[in-house]
Amino acid sequence: MRFVQNFPFFSIILSMFSGIISSVLPARAARWLNTALIVTVGAMSAALLWFLTGTQEAYVYWMGHFPAPWGNEIRAGVLEAGMALFFCVIMLLSMLGGEKKLLGEVEYSKHNLYYILVDLLLSSLLALVYTNDLFTAYVFVEINTIAACGLIMIRQNGRTIEAAVRYMIMSLLGSGLFLLGLCTLYDLTGHLLMSNIKEAVAQLAEQQAYTVPLMTTIGLISVGLAIKSALFPFHTWLPDAYGYSTVSSAAMLSSLVSKGYIFLLIKIFYRVIGFDIITESKVINVLFVFGLMGMVFGSLSAIRENDIRRMISYSSVAQIGYIYMGFGLGTEIGMVASVFHILSHAATKSLLFISAIGLTDVSRGSRKFQDLTGAGYRNKLAGVAFTVGSLSMVGVPMFSGFVSKLLFMEASLGHAVKMFPALIVLALSTILNAIYFMKTVIRIYVPDRRPDCGIITGKDEKLYAATLVCFIVLNVALGMLSEPIVQWIRTGLSMFG
Amino acid sequence: MKRKDNAFYRWLFGEKDTLQGRVEMRPQAEYETKETDLEEILKDHQQVQEKVFDLKDNKALRFFDRMYRIAGVLFCLALMLILLVNVSWLPPRGAASNPVNNEVSARYIENGLQETGAVNIVTGMILDYRAFDTFGESNVLFIATVTVLILMRLDREKKAPAKKGVPVYQKPEDEMTVAQAQAHDRIYEPKNDVILQVAAGFLVPVIIIFGIYVILNGHLSPGGGFSGGAIIGAGLILYLNAFGFEKTERFFTEKTYKWVSFGALTFYCLAKSYSFYTGANHLESGIGLGTPGAILSSGLILPLNICVGLVVACTMYAFYALFRKGGF
Repeated sequence: MRFVQNFPFFSIILSMFSGIISSVLPARAARWLNTALIVTVGAMSAALLWFLTGTQEAYVYWMGHFPAPWGNEIRAGVLEAGMALFFCVIMLLSMLGGEKKLLGEVEYSKHNLYYILVDLLLSSLLALVYTNDLFTAYVFVEINTIAACGLIMIRQNGRTIEAAVRYMIMSLLGSGLFLLGLCTLYDLTGHLLMSNIKEAVAQLAEQQAYTVPLMTTIGLISVGLAIKSALFPFHTWLPDAYGYSTVSSAAMLSSLVSKGYIFLLIKIFYRVIGFDIITESKVINVLFVFGLMGMVFGSLSAIRENDIRRMISYSSVAQIGYIYMGFGLGTEIGMVASVFHILSHAATKSLLFISAIGLTDVSRGSRKFQDLTGAGYRNKLAGVAFTVGSLSMVGVPMFSGFVSKLLFMEASLGHAVKMFPALIVLALSTILNAIYFMKTVIRIYVPDRRPDCGIITGKDEKLYAATLVCFIVLNVALGMLSEPIVQWIRTGLSMFG
Repeated sequence: MKRKDNAFYRWLFGEKDTLQGRVEMRPQAEYETKETDLEEILKDHQQVQEKVFDLKDNKALRFFDRMYRIAGVLFCLALMLILLVNVSWLPPRGAASNPVNNEVSARYIENGLQETGAVNIVTGMILDYRAFDTFGESNVLFIATVTVLILMRLDREKKAPAKKGVPVYQKPEDEMTVAQAQAHDRIYEPKNDVILQVAAGFLVPVIIIFGIYVILNGHLSPGGGFSGGAIIGAGLILYLNAFGFEKTERFFTEKTYKWVSFGALTFYCLAKSYSFYTGANHLESGIGLGTPGAILSSGLILPLNICVGLVVACTMYAFYALFRKGGF
């Protein structure tokens, strides 16, 4: 075994260990440790990605002295390593971008607790990405849920506490359904390890045995994880949770936490149930319909909002709808489009949250649209960044959102039944996106001299400005270099099989 | 290096506005709202609110409210029905031919003792075969305490480092009236209860010793870190109830909690990292298993059980103290 192959294990255990150490560190030291941790894990994931691109072969890693069905095991392929790297980049940028806001919104004596939550959140995301065992996945889903709850309510006002309670209830319902599905699956197959379950399920499908419980299980797991990642009818917890929490929490919740669950669902589709059985089942049709509804209704709610943060939050509902629509198509290319959209949405949504904060800061802290008039002139970089994010969300060429929309179109073409609904709703949703994002962009560039509002330039907040520039570069890079990225996703998904 | 004084840089840093003099800039017409208008608006709003949320007269709202409840009940019943139907299709409970009776459980039962050295197979499973999951579980406890700390801990003012131009969060002051303070059991401890104190004097040592027994014999008999820790935690809570915070503060403060759980989790993390690393790279770990049945046997399981027990006991006590007083 090569040394580089230890890296997935190192990254998980390092992030858990940093969380434990942070509990006795003062806030400043905890912050440095957190930044160092994210950078280290990112570097290790990059090295692993390099190594795996060379070998083109996924490998499993024993967690202990016992082989697979008895002990725990993790597994790393190209897609896993790349996802880990991507999550680290987004997390680092979100933390740096929201650092000043954190100081202004959270009691200083609780800052080191915040960094514990972030460290453990990273560990759970990494474990969800790398795990090869369903029960390990469940344990880290728990950590993820509790960490997300803490991230929401660390800014203590009535709204966030209410949002956290709502999030907790919905999210625990999701975990419960997922656990029920997992139990049934164990009862049917006698395994918790993903590859063994897949063999057993394939056998069951061949013998036509236990078809009813198998279908219920697929439903329970899909719906459980859909609730946790805020698919349309289960999205009611989302706008408050993203809209009122402190900005780095909002960025991480929208671009990492929900994406972690979606990635787990993809993993379950490919490595636990088997893609053929999933496509044959009716469950993906349900996901398809919910996805389409989310694309329309999420955007409609966003148009109605008069609060920029809540508008961006509702736009997440629409984007999650896109991802589930890709699942619902039930084709390989649909999956590729969904995975690409995970990346593109994560990069764009965190950019939007972070830049919106810059705009509200120069409007006396107000998030209402009428106060944001001309904010793009008062904080130029944030204005440019918000425009880039909006253009990307609408799907203008050169930015990441365009590529994912193109991939979704390609995926839906040639599908017998689902082609027309998918294309029509895609077009409709693009128009709706344009309505509310362009409305905001026009609003922030309407000339308006307001002597009562301060002006913030890049010189004043160097770190924030650097973060925004990095986000913009990431977004454009995803849009311009889509060819190798799509190729990487394809190889990664084929390594799953 | 580019010169810093070109038009773009000046625009970026706000020294020059390129639009000025080229685009007509007109500020939005200010509309003033008079005080009387404001009052009227508020009154209107109030009236609308009253009318809309008046359950007695608003039939549509009442209908919605009722339907909402009925739909909720129906949904739960449907879910229950689906799950019951699902259960009826599952393999019969306890049959020897069930899929769960496969090579996985067979190896746990047949080779568990030789491979882990633990007489109690369950402990061998959770702390040796699947120790990674258990480490995750103890982190679940840890992060749960962190979240409760965020929610419940009352902090004395601790100043953030002053940075120029950065607004720092100020906690809103809330003052209590005397009546509120008296009703508040954070400030006034309950009166000493003699019956409780005598009973606790007998019970607490027994409970704690039993908890320690359960932890130390976790690899030999039913029990282990989680159950033993819960017992010790319950003993501590009983002691706290009988004698109040003043007594417990002498041996258990937030610092104790912090360092005990830090030490336990760190040891767990390091010990298991070593064992995972050696296991994955197929190296000898060099940790002997000892004679099965002896207290000092089965390798890392005993120390890990102690760590888990400490974390669980501290977490139980911390939860109680935080909910009671907002501190330790």
